[in-house]
Amino acid sequence: ALNAQGHSAVALKDLIIFIVLVCTAVWLAVVLVMAWALMRRHKRQEGEAAERKMTIAVSVAIVMTVLIVGVLTFASFLTTRSLYSGTDATVTIRVRAQQWWWQFIYDNADPSIAFQTANEFHIPVGKDVRLQLEAVDVIHSFWVPSLAGKQDNIPGRENVLTLRADKPGVYRGQCAEFCGLQHSHMAFLVVAEEEADYQRWAAQQRQAAVQPVSAEAAAGRDVFMSKPCAACHTVRGTQASGTSGPDLTHVGSRSTIAAGLLETTRGSLAAWIADPQTLKPGNNMPIVPLTSDELRQISAYMEGLK
Amino acid sequence: MKDLVVLDVSKLPLHGTGMASPTWWATCTFMLIEGMGFGLAIAVYFYLMSLAPQWPIGAPPPDLFAGACLTVLLVASIIPNILVSRWARRRELKKVKIGLLIMSFFGIVPLVFRIFEFPALNVSWDDNAYGSIVWTILGLHTTHILTDLVDTLVLTALMFSRHGDNTRRYGDVEDNCLYWNFVVIAWLPLYGCLYWVPRL
Amino acid sequence: MQEEQSGPPMDTDLDDRELESRLAKTWSTRPGFWGKIACVDHKVVARRYIFTAFVFLMLGGLLSLAMRLQLSQPEARFISPDRYNQIFTMHGTNMMFLFAVPVMEAMAAYLVPLMVGTRNIAFPRLNAFSYWIFLIGGLLLWLAFALDAAPDVGWFAYVPLSGPQYSPGKRTDLWAQMITFTELSALAVAVEVVVTVFKQRAPGMSLDRIPVLVWAMLVMSFLVILAMPAIMFGSSTLILDRLVGTQFYNPAEGGDALLWQHLFWFFGHPEVYIVFLPAVGMVSTILPAFVGRPLYGYMLLVMALITTGILSFGLWVHHMFTVGLPRLGESFFTASSMAIAVPAGIQIFCWLATLWAGKPVYKTPLLFILGFIFTFVMGGMTGVMVASVPFDTQVHDTYFVVAHFHYVLIGGAVFPLIAAIYYWFPKMTGRMMSERLGRWSFWLIFIGFHLTFFPMHILGLWGMPRRVYTYQPELPWASLNLFVSLSSLILASGFLIFFIDAIKSWRSGPPAGANPWNASTLEWATSSPPPPYNFRRIPVVSARDPFSPGNDELTVATGLRTDRREVLVTTIVEALPEARESSATDSVWPFWAAIATSIMLIWSIFSPWAVVWGSIPIAVALIGWFWPKGEAEDES
Ligand code: HEA
Ligand code: HEA
Ligand code: HEC
Ligand code: CUA
Ligand SMILES: [Cu+2]
Repeated sequence: ALNAQGHSAVALKDLIIFIVLVCTAVWLAVVLVMAWALMRRHKRQEGEAAERKMTIAVSVAIVMTVLIVGVLTFASFLTTRSLYSGTDATVTIRVRAQQWWWQFIYDNADPSIAFQTANEFHIPVGKDVRLQLEAVDVIHSFWVPSLAGKQDNIPGRENVLTLRADKPGVYRGQCAEFCGLQHSHMAFLVVAEEEADYQRWAAQQRQAAVQPVSAEAAAGRDVFMSKPCAACHTVRGTQASGTSGPDLTHVGSRSTIAAGLLETTRGSLAAWIADPQTLKPGNNMPIVPLTSDELRQISAYMEGLK
Repeated sequence: MKDLVVLDVSKLPLHGTGMASPTWWATCTFMLIEGMGFGLAIAVYFYLMSLAPQWPIGAPPPDLFAGACLTVLLVASIIPNILVSRWARRRELKKVKIGLLIMSFFGIVPLVFRIFEFPALNVSWDDNAYGSIVWTILGLHTTHILTDLVDTLVLTALMFSRHGDNTRRYGDVEDNCLYWNFVVIAWLPLYGCLYWVPRL
Repeated sequence: MQEEQSGPPMDTDLDDRELESRLAKTWSTRPGFWGKIACVDHKVVARRYIFTAFVFLMLGGLLSLAMRLQLSQPEARFISPDRYNQIFTMHGTNMMFLFAVPVMEAMAAYLVPLMVGTRNIAFPRLNAFSYWIFLIGGLLLWLAFALDAAPDVGWFAYVPLSGPQYSPGKRTDLWAQMITFTELSALAVAVEVVVTVFKQRAPGMSLDRIPVLVWAMLVMSFLVILAMPAIMFGSSTLILDRLVGTQFYNPAEGGDALLWQHLFWFFGHPEVYIVFLPAVGMVSTILPAFVGRPLYGYMLLVMALITTGILSFGLWVHHMFTVGLPRLGESFFTASSMAIAVPAGIQIFCWLATLWAGKPVYKTPLLFILGFIFTFVMGGMTGVMVASVPFDTQVHDTYFVVAHFHYVLIGGAVFPLIAAIYYWFPKMTGRMMSERLGRWSFWLIFIGFHLTFFPMHILGLWGMPRRVYTYQPELPWASLNLFVSLSSLILASGFLIFFIDAIKSWRSGPPAGANPWNASTLEWATSSPPPPYNFRRIPVVSARDPFSPGNDELTVATGLRTDRREVLVTTIVEALPEARESSATDSVWPFWAAIATSIMLIWSIFSPWAVVWGSIPIAVALIGWFWPKGEAEDES
């Protein structure tokens, strides 16, 4: 939250700093008065005058409280207003959160250029991006601390969040609402890049999966298609069209797998496919028994899906 | 510490009634708790209604007959109820006995109609949220009739026993009447919700 | 009408000795096992209650140490994710429902009758019933934990995660039913406290003479009465969804996930003031005894208590700032949440004024109160921070919030509670606690607390979400987490010393005498521990401070019977005597009623028919409970 790199995170950071400073000052004042009250030499002032002085002091403090609280409320209201005033987002992404990974759908009126990805998505720098937050199963919460405040994904409802990165970079996001066993491992990455890079990326993502180049990878594809994998995962351009797991069409191009758990390498892919339940206990991908050859081949295939 | 006697309370009654009775206050607080429960049920009803594209969801509005009969009965029961309360305050044992028998009757008969009210809702509790809330409201209110009925029956038995002619018992009867008034009055908004709001 | 027999035995002409022995005979509990079970003395019941609640604190604290162990390193594998989820759910549920609320209720049950000068709480059997229900509910939860079947959906059990589809098995049902148990017991005590305060105050204790603590307990009880139905409704509908397929929380069938959150927090927010208000009442009561002057601003404080109580029903949405409600509504809840800083501030200022004008005597209770002011104001400030919608979108569900609520819960409620234990321990047991150990425990708890929880603010701002069983090594949180985990050991050792002190002093502390602190509220006008009948004669009050410590005389009333348990009923505003009411005798029926209720509630987790068949034994037990036994207490 403090490393603000996005339009709204910066506004929030300013507000946070302002409120924290005011509150710290109030706290200090209270503690100092308390210390003073304890330290001062006690003359045991009794009588009307002392009592009246105290009443005045307390009244002043109460009035101050009302004023300060009013100022903080107003400041917070101003920030809200500036953050949620209209936007001219050109990109809309549907964010479908599910136990325990993120699906990002770049819808388009022309379905042939719509595409989807998982656990990592790209946005153009300096542009408002509209996120439509949905949940498939339970409540999750979409949060990229460096870019914006969080917003929940709630089944049966749809929330909207506008995101704008001011600098290119890779920003980590994470599910911020407890959603079961693997709530801890439900991260994702936002890659903010210049418009041209972004367009290149999008164009590449729209493509169907590349054909395997090596014999090993080609064998991997065949294993993939013949095993239950294809029932859960989609690889566009093949007959694999399952939807209960992440779209793997370009899994090799993403920098992490399993919702930020592991960096994407052939080794980590193999480790994941061999035993997802040890790496991420309780997640929804079962162990699919594979021989070590099959495992090697599948990993090669996956890695090649750039 | 030495006691300095400044007050003699030996002339006070051994038992207070109405506002002087702790049980009366307890009855009021219980009514507050349950009133809050009914209030919440109604709030949830309207909340779900505000979310639904059409209301009632996937069902015709409830049939009116059983509910109307029950409502008439409940409202009618207020009269004997108030009478019993008055008799209890005057400690007229015989009248109180008869009155309690009548009130037992007014507790049982609505339950008969209540049985027909559930099917008259035209929706099952597990069909959708509308079904769930109307069944819950009806069920919640039924438990209140039931509890008060059991209380009335036990009191009736007590009044016929050697423990009957006792200020404390009369106080219990009054509290029971108070509670029955609450059960009846609480029903009216619930009745409006269940039967008439879907017809708006 | 019954003919008054030729004068039942009265207290009028008896000397003190004789009167005491007669009262003792009437009010004492029979010895033996069943005597203990049947006991309805509010002090005995409340002591059990307090003791049990502290056992739950200990257990909940041990759970937190387990969590801290798991979080001390990134990707640690001490505890499996499933177990961790059970642990933090247990920790939160246990601390809120089995420790914080019950302990405050229990303090009320102990202190209120003494402070208003009556002989027993109103409806003492209900009080006993409430304890049994609480105990069984707590055992149920811990038994489930021992069987690896504890709830694992967090202490507010958001649907749909807690619904039938995503939490199969009985874990969540156990959670929901445990809620029912504790709510039942809390509601029972709340009713008793309200009626005790309304109707059983000592003659002359008009509304403006009620001790601040009693006011606090009264407001707390009303919060319980008005807030608990929401969670009862919530947990029942959740069970219905899970058990018989209702659709309250299923969006596909017209239900709504947010409905649960509204219901929960409509209860949950007042809940935190249910914990907090008694604590501030304790502060207001204890502080004057250690600064040697009366409390500054009685009326202001009472108004602040009542205002907080009322406002607390208008804040619940501040727990839901990220669910996407309309902006305008959210801003309203920001304003109302911030507004509650005003009554909180008023109380702080009044205490500061009291300190200012007084001469502090640094005994352990005062140390904890000073620690409370220092800590709670910080927690209040972070509360004001998260009350701002935009601010909250960055820290909601992070360790920042975890820090906030431990500051207010521990700093704001547990510190005063420990002060209260040190302060009233002599009253409850007749023995003093140790000043030396008290200081040790204060400094360890105080320093350990801040070292443990302050860094959590930073962790939250660095983006660490709460309820994660682990985090990855490349994230910048590891070293602070290790620091927090180590500090929690200091905190735990402070608590350990406190527990040791309490146990040691209970067995062999120096005798306390009736009024060791020279305090001026009524509980100090009787012996320590008080006799079963509390007061030999009912005190008569004619000032806000019912008796001045130097004075050895207590104005009292006579004219009560000695052959039956008799208390004085007074009017609600002026506290003018209006009746002599009998107070229930010991009875085992509340115990059986609690057993019957428990069977029904637990059975109903497995079958809806339990509600039908299980009600029969409950009805039998209740009839046994209320059926007159022809005792003196039944006369009128
Ligand atoms: C004893 C318990 C207790 C108390 C007293 C409070 C007190 C307050 N709380 Fe807290 N709160 C909790 C227990 C408590 N809270 C818990 C348990 C949760 C989390 C539940 C969960 O998610 O698990 C929570 C969560 C919580 C949230 C939700 C955060 C989130 O989930 O994102 C919010 C948001 O508004 C909030 C606000 C406040 C406010 C404004 C106060 C105010 O009452 C504070 C007022 C006090 C002061 C402000 C200090 C004294 C005042 C002065 C010295 C005067 C001068 C002050 C100013 C000028 C500002 N609390
Ligand atoms: C009054 C309430 C209360 C209290 C007192 C505490 C006390 C503590 N809490 Fe708790 N906490 C909550 C209420 C409370 N908590 C709530 C409501 C939640 C939210 C749960 C949720 O998300 O659902 C929470 C969550 C919570 C978390 C977040 C978990 C997560 O999100 O993953 C953490 C993490 O550090 C934590 C730590 C602690 C610690 C270290 C203490 C320490 O202060 C504990 C100190 C006490 C002890 C350590 C006991 C010492 C006893 C002994 C040493 C006795 C020895 C034993 C024998 C002799 C037999 N708590
Ligand atoms: C029953 C459904 C199912 C089957 C069968 C299945 N998966 Fe998965 N897979 C999932 C789910 C669900 C996830 C997301 C897990 C998570 O991150 O929590 C996943 C994640 C993955 C990922 C990481 C994707 C990413 O971007 O994070 C890879 C790679 C993968 N699966 C490959 C395979 C292969 C290869 C097979 C067959 C050997 C297979 N899966 C079989 C459901 C399945
Ligand atoms: Cu998804 Cu937490
Ligand atoms: Cu709150």
